[in-house]
Amino acid sequence: MPEPTYILAAIGVAGAITWALRALPFVMFAPLRDSKLLAFLGERMPVGIMLILALYTLRETDMANSAHVFSVFLALAITIAVQAWRKKMIHSIFVGTAVYVVLASAAGI
Amino acid sequence: MPEKNRLKNLENIVEPARDFSRRAEIKQGWKTVAPASAAVAPLALALGMLVSKSGFAWWWAPIIAAIVFAGSMEFLLVGLLTAIAPLTQIALSTLLVNFRHVFYALSFPLHRVRGVGWKTYSTYAITDEVYALAANPHSHRWSRAKIISVQLIFHTLWVACVTVGAGIGTLIPPWIQGLEFAVTALFVVLAMEAFAVRRSIPVPVLALLCGLVALLVSPEHMLIIAMSFFVGGLIAAYFWKRHKRA
Repeated sequence: MPEPTYILAAIGVAGAITWALRALPFVMFAPLRDSKLLAFLGERMPVGIMLILALYTLRETDMANSAHVFSVFLALAITIAVQAWRKKMIHSIFVGTAVYVVLASAAGI
Repeated sequence: MPEKNRLKNLENIVEPARDFSRRAEIKQGWKTVAPASAAVAPLALALGMLVSKSGFAWWWAPIIAAIVFAGSMEFLLVGLLTAIAPLTQIALSTLLVNFRHVFYALSFPLHRVRGVGWKTYSTYAITDEVYALAANPHSHRWSRAKIISVQLIFHTLWVACVTVGAGIGTLIPPWIQGLEFAVTALFVVLAMEAFAVRRSIPVPVLALLCGLVALLVSPEHMLIIAMSFFVGGLIAAYFWKRHKRA
């Protein structure tokens, strides 16, 4: 288990940067609003960052363990299908996670 | 009637009226924010469960929820903490994951919030949901009481639900595995929602390639490698496009 001081520092860093991103534009409004590069990045970053984060959360998938790989792919496919069909974030996450929890618990992953 | 008494009488009339209108504004704020709070409650419960299922004491959940107060980053943070990721990696991830908040300032009615303390809190608490609620032309006539109550109610309910989730998490038997998939599912769904806004194939393909290459290079440093290459690639594409046009 990580040290409490490390956890607090990490929470502090994440909180401070989040606040800076929300507050700074009010202080330096014009340069940020007029930056074409920032607008270009802002439009394109979300989809890519989210995909990279999704891959990151799967980094410990044991590729040699076919039950694990199968569980991940099935749960991913179901999450994507439910989201495409119902477009309700909470539903998709709930159903996908439930499928994965059942498979992972049964397989002892 | 002496001048002083008359003023006092006037105050007796104005003060209750101001109190009444403030209460009405707070009620308005509650009406505005209640549906959004209900919508994120399941996510908050899941986050709390994840915190205690990841092996942290339940009381870390409200601390994380109150201080970071950015949903998807909180989910990611639990994973980063479990992996004891270096602070630099946590800083870069926060910067890139929450980068979109830079654009929220463009339409948020901060000019309606007077007082340095209130302004500070108000900027602290511009989450995706608060931004979405305030992203309409009417919000520029909202009172300070309404704006702050929207944010404070949302913040309080979020922390409360995360805490309840952490409590539930301690009751889940250890043989139940795989709850962390909720984080994967969250990011996949957020990617699909972002794709729905801007249907372009090259950007997600670039991101997936960066992610896969980074995984092969070093699973441990995957996040920093992938995000640097991805954002670097986008910046290069921007200058390339400008160069071609010039």
